Amino acid sequence: MSVLRVDDLRVTYQTKGGEVPAVRGVSFAIDKGEVLGLAGESGCGKSTIAGAILRLHSAHTKIEGTLELDGMNILELSPGKLRAARWTAASIVFQGALHALNPVQKIGDQIMEAITVHNMATDKEAAVRAGALLEQVGLPPRRIDDYPHELSGGQKQRVMIAMTLACSPSLIIADEPTTALDVMVQAQVLQLLRSLQHDLGLAMLFITHDLSVLVDVSDRLAIMYAGKIVEEGKANEVFHAPQHPYTAALAAAFPAIGDARFRHRPSGLGGDPPDPQHIPPGCPFHPRCERAIEVCPSIVPELWDAGPDRRAACVHVAGAPSLESVRS
Amino acid sequence: MKTEPAVQTPEAVGAPPVKKLTPKQLKRERRKRALGRFWKQFRHNKAGMAGLSILVFFAVVAIYSIFADKGALDPTIATGGPRLAGPSFHYPLGTQNDGISVLALVIEGSRVSLFVGLGAALISMFLGTVIGMWAGYKSNVTDAVLMRLTDVFLVLPWLALAIVLAAMFGRNFWIIILIIGLTSWAGTARLVRAQVLSVKERTYIERSRALGAADRHVVLKHIMPNLMPVIFANTILTIAIAILSESQLSFLGLGDPKSKSWGAVIEEAFREGALTLHAWWWLMAPSICIVLVVLAFTMVGFAMDEIINPRIRER
Amino acid sequence: MGTYRYLLGKLGQLFLTLLLILSLAFLLFRVWQPGDPVLTWARAQNAHYSPEQLEQVRHEWGLDIPLPEQYVQFMKDSLTFNFGTSTVINPQEQVSTLFSRGMGKSLILILTSTMASIAVGVVLGIWGGWRRQGKLDNSAMGVSMILYSMPEFVLGMILILIFAGVVHWFPSGRYESAVTLTGFDRYVDIARHMALPWLTLMLAFVGEFYLVMRSSLLDVLGEEYISLARAKGIREKYVLRRHAVPNALLPTITLVALSFGFILSGVITVELVFSYPGVGKLSYDALRFRDFNVLTGTFVISVVAVLIANFIADLTYGYLDPRVRRA
Repeated sequence: MSVLRVDDLRVTYQTKGGEVPAVRGVSFAIDKGEVLGLAGESGCGKSTIAGAILRLHSAHTKIEGTLELDGMNILELSPGKLRAARWTAASIVFQGALHALNPVQKIGDQIMEAITVHNMATDKEAAVRAGALLEQVGLPPRRIDDYPHELSGGQKQRVMIAMTLACSPSLIIADEPTTALDVMVQAQVLQLLRSLQHDLGLAMLFITHDLSVLVDVSDRLAIMYAGKIVEEGKANEVFHAPQHPYTAALAAAFPAIGDARFRHRPSGLGGDPPDPQHIPPGCPFHPRCERAIEVCPSIVPELWDAGPDRRAACVHVAGAPSLESVRS
Repeated sequence: MKTEPAVQTPEAVGAPPVKKLTPKQLKRERRKRALGRFWKQFRHNKAGMAGLSILVFFAVVAIYSIFADKGALDPTIATGGPRLAGPSFHYPLGTQNDGISVLALVIEGSRVSLFVGLGAALISMFLGTVIGMWAGYKSNVTDAVLMRLTDVFLVLPWLALAIVLAAMFGRNFWIIILIIGLTSWAGTARLVRAQVLSVKERTYIERSRALGAADRHVVLKHIMPNLMPVIFANTILTIAIAILSESQLSFLGLGDPKSKSWGAVIEEAFREGALTLHAWWWLMAPSICIVLVVLAFTMVGFAMDEIINPRIRER
Repeated sequence: MGTYRYLLGKLGQLFLTLLLILSLAFLLFRVWQPGDPVLTWARAQNAHYSPEQLEQVRHEWGLDIPLPEQYVQFMKDSLTFNFGTSTVINPQEQVSTLFSRGMGKSLILILTSTMASIAVGVVLGIWGGWRRQGKLDNSAMGVSMILYSMPEFVLGMILILIFAGVVHWFPSGRYESAVTLTGFDRYVDIARHMALPWLTLMLAFVGEFYLVMRSSLLDVLGEEYISLARAKGIREKYVLRRHAVPNALLPTITLVALSFGFILSGVITVELVFSYPGVGKLSYDALRFRDFNVLTGTFVISVVAVLIANFIADLTYGYLDPRVRRA
């Protein structure tokens, strides 16, 4: 049984300017011990998915579809059960950890809070565990009495990671955990996440726009565009042999040193991601696509077979239905 | 060796010719467009529009008072009107103890109150902006000294200082404007300095200086445009406070006896016992005017602030 | 350790600011004063004085010694609250005595009304920020803005017209009735007299505190640590209590501290409207009669009061924000 199973998830924000469909039908599953990387430009909906898993969005946001975490139907949980599930079933490493810590509370207290809120230990036991967690992420236990402003960016991120482990969750959602960090610190934090995930056998959903990072960390990769997944498969294979034009463009934007393809210069991708309220007809990527053909604006591609253990939403892939049968 | 395709100008492909604008014209176009966008957003703010209408109304009244016949205010001209009479058809706001129509007093007072408020706020804005920019731009010693000065004026109980100054230098219209202006610039200075510091972080300032631009050039061309909206919104709120301050000074009897502001009308009413005589119209008419005008400026200021610093909220 | 350094630092700043302001006062009151204060005083007395008598007055007032010495004397006097004798209001009486008489009455009025104003404004502001956009919230904002736009003396007069004019629940002025009462009856009488001025000062500033606290809470609710607290499974009311409010209070304290100067200014006009015999009324009388010694006293005492209030605000801020304690 998967730790997380998402089926046809749709998330729509209600704003003053109307409805904004940020996620338009996403399906994936993560098994125990597996790392799924979710990549895409900003605004593609990946962070929305992270918030939806623990139902952190406001009450006005519409969430439809199936969301199953540790066997529980998240969308149908009562408020009390939902609160109990938060952090114990899944926890999040937030994007801007530099601002995700309460500045007026000791970091030890913030970690302990996660434990005591779920009645998992007494205050004394929680304090001991908080110290142990800090050690696990490479910080001296005595720092539980420090305040966030007394830590560096990298240290704060480690504290965040320690916090996510506090209730021994089955799934950790890492939402852009390294984006705001220096390159050297990025490498350290990634290394930490990888070893923790491996040692504890955690399932992880790793969200980022930096594809090169995902290749090292993930087992599987899913690429998102305009609220939908456009390609998925084994991480290594997706990165080195992309089937969807968008994946290819993303991969080209983050050249790996030594990779022959990028010997001359990285290539960018012209244009901007579409406004969720004005998604182009047919394939949402066709206005920016190098390989767009005349049928692209009229066909909404689905995740068709694109090879062994690979699916992509593009008319060019092997598993796409013949063009005559789709043209309507 | 690849041959590059011939570069094609938009005109050659058939696009209509683009108007060539000079840098100055371009700046004006950009500014016009920015103002248009601002106005469109402002129009949707109900409180802001309500405030603006009130201000327009009082501006009209004030301008009218400049040209209106002052005869109605002169107690030596026997008006034959009833003394201390409540509001009636003939005297919509009633009369005071000399038989003068309160409406006439209020119209006359609008000019004084608004003028003093605007004048004092302009002085305050000017001082605050100059000091704030100076402190923010030149860090370290200059900054520390100026900030100390600003803190002193921020903490200073302005009325205590204003009372002594007014007692010393007399009850003159211009002195009042000067006193209020000189005691209320500190808030603006702090705000401006914070803005300058945040703008300074941006790289294009560094680039400009690397190119050898003089300080003044950097200030005028780069920092000012970013500051203008913030300063403007802050000035609107400063006018509101200035009008309140002027009314306090006038109520304490420090207003110019020759130009009666609303506060001065209230002062006279109070002194003549309007409260015990239950002549509420004499007290309330100028009071309501003060409240309306200050409220209007505040609402407009808040509306502007919301547009300039929008709060990103999901709900 | 850091806490002590913070406190001492703030205390030092307080004294430095006090000295700066007093020096500024010296410049204004002595150096740049237009005309000769002795002559102005003599003229106001409507009596004729010989040059020798004027010289004696000049000596008494300490105006015949060179400026630098005057400066030192002025500073010493100000810091010991010695402002000489009242020149007009109660001749021959020490200014400090005049102040001490009214100080207690004013202090009770100011302290209790300000504390109530802050408490009510902050609590309602938290509630308003937590439940925004309801009908109640919009009306609360409207009422707050109207109160903020009203000069406090106007508010006082409205209260008098309603509560002492239309319904005779409270007296319209003074501190106590002319009839001599004793014991409990006397306190009730005083309380009845203090009710309206107290209410005036309280309402005059509660609107501003409400708006500031509400706005501050709204800003904090958008921060990531709030989302994190919810993600950890904490109940909403604890998210508010433990994470949102402590952070939202910080900028509120700063802004509240900035209004102390305005509160003090408000006291003068409110005491005037209600003929309340405190230091505010004393200052008004001194203003009317150009009693410069009393006015100097008013200035210095106001400055000291505001500085002390700011110091207390700094203490509270330091208690709540570890970033200033352990920089």
